[in-house]
Amino acid sequence: MTTVRAGTVSSPGRDRQPLRDLGRWAFVAPVMFLNLVVIVGPAFFGVYIAFTDWSGVGEMNFVGLENFRNLLQDQVFWKALRNNLVWTAIFLVVPVVLGLLGAYMLTGIKRGQMFMRVAFFVPYVLPSVVTTHIWRYLMHPRVGLGQWLSDSFGINFLDRAWLGSRDTALYGIAFMDNWHFWGFPLVLLLAAMSAVDVELYEVARLDGASRFQQFRHVTLPSIRPTLVFLLLMISIWSALVFDYIFLTTGGGPANASEVMGTHLYTTAFERFKTGYAATIGLVMVLWVALVVGGFVYLRKRGWEI
Amino acid sequence: MAGAKTRASASQERSWNLSSLPNYVVLIILVIFALVPLYQLGINSFKSRAQIGLDPFGLPQEWLFSNFTEAWERGKYATTLPNSIILTAATIFFVLMFAGMAGFALARLRLRGADYISFYFLVGTAVPPQFYMVPLFILWRTLGMINTFHGLIIIYVAQFSPFSTYLLRSYMVSIPQEFVDAARIDGASNWQVFRKVIMPLSWPGFLTAGLVVGLGVWNEFLFAQTFLPRPEFKTIVTSLYAFQQRDGREWGLTNAGSVIMVTPVIILFLALQRRFIEGLTQGGLKA
Repeated sequence: MTTVRAGTVSSPGRDRQPLRDLGRWAFVAPVMFLNLVVIVGPAFFGVYIAFTDWSGVGEMNFVGLENFRNLLQDQVFWKALRNNLVWTAIFLVVPVVLGLLGAYMLTGIKRGQMFMRVAFFVPYVLPSVVTTHIWRYLMHPRVGLGQWLSDSFGINFLDRAWLGSRDTALYGIAFMDNWHFWGFPLVLLLAAMSAVDVELYEVARLDGASRFQQFRHVTLPSIRPTLVFLLLMISIWSALVFDYIFLTTGGGPANASEVMGTHLYTTAFERFKTGYAATIGLVMVLWVALVVGGFVYLRKRGWEI
Repeated sequence: MAGAKTRASASQERSWNLSSLPNYVVLIILVIFALVPLYQLGINSFKSRAQIGLDPFGLPQEWLFSNFTEAWERGKYATTLPNSIILTAATIFFVLMFAGMAGFALARLRLRGADYISFYFLVGTAVPPQFYMVPLFILWRTLGMINTFHGLIIIYVAQFSPFSTYLLRSYMVSIPQEFVDAARIDGASNWQVFRKVIMPLSWPGFLTAGLVVGLGVWNEFLFAQTFLPRPEFKTIVTSLYAFQQRDGREWGLTNAGSVIMVTPVIILFLALQRRFIEGLTQGGLKA
């Protein structure tokens, strides 16, 4: 018996006994079952209720595309979608540039590299509820950093109600989230940069390349897979942003910082329009599908990403 | 890549010289950017409201440890800290068990259709949480699982398992086959191989996955806010949010409340930072 079992280890593919197969599937069954109940099942149900006028209780009437027609006329939704696009643009640039800068500078030093890497990453482990608390204080018009600079040094331009103004609320929140987030690209890019063969830099130096040229022609091409992965993830996460907006302005003032996530949340849990909330959610699903699809398409077209 | 000289190792060989001065200037500015807000959080948690208003960045005139005891009361930490610990510990336990089993099956058991499982997990992790949250909330309400710990634990386990499965799988793949074969010859079943051979040998993977899952649950806001709304079930995160809403101007107290909840995280992070960073940057999990 033991020899038979030992044999199945080296060639389990040949073993066609259904009972034994079932025993193997038992190992993945709990995870698959939980995913079905919590994520995949409700997601399919969500697709269905996007075509109904359901309020979450009572009768559910199929209304066809009415929710989608309402979506087209929903000014708040378009504002939210625009803000998600602005958010994506900010996060594709600011934390990535900061991360590239920090990581490249770190590879050029000897002392303190470990300390600084940890210092840059600490904000990333903080919960959103604390990060927003820290910055709501610092950005507060009557206390905080702006007030202090104004009182102590006469620097006035920072002392304003960043989150209370329609022109600056979204950017103020993006600044907070960026402070929390940029250590993540930094350590990811640092790991990629540390793996670059140093001889490539030596060759570049012999050719008379400046530090910027070395970065442009040696570092960047070498870390491209990591960079593309990062940009892909940021493009997906930017559709899902919720915590930072909800915890600071709740989407205000006057929907100025509304995003799809907060619009969906208030639609579902404050206005109880479950069907319509699911329709907004479908747009988020579509966004993620487009990003992933675009990535796969470019890859098939032969881009080395 | 093995054996190749890297830029980092080359810089170790070079002694400190003037050419790295610009690097230090830039880096120190970035360190200040990263740490000054944290310094503010810590230092103002010991100050009176009056001093915070006048002097936000100086040392406290008088160290008010009473801020912490008062924040403990107002933030209801005696209730919410146990709540968060229960949620975190139970989620870590079940994620490591289920994801460990699944990772083992994917790494070692050559399941027919393993590609479909991977695809299934990928789709599951790509669905925006806000999208499935609304139908899930209604399902959970029907099942009477709103305001129950097991209700939220089931959700967390489902959310964190796919990521952990892949992390653990990558550890388990690298365990030499001889260990497994030896156990098989002694008559071990799949389950015994998993428990007695694979689990002990892949403990670094379990530790890394546990840290990432623990951090995720400890810090989680959206699902805790939605699925545990009653005060007696609030977590440290959602009760801190309620506390901030109530006592918005008491910066000293709310800072102290924040310090209470981030201190264990920061200590653990500093002690095990390599594992944290490795786990958090693997597979793209947003904290």
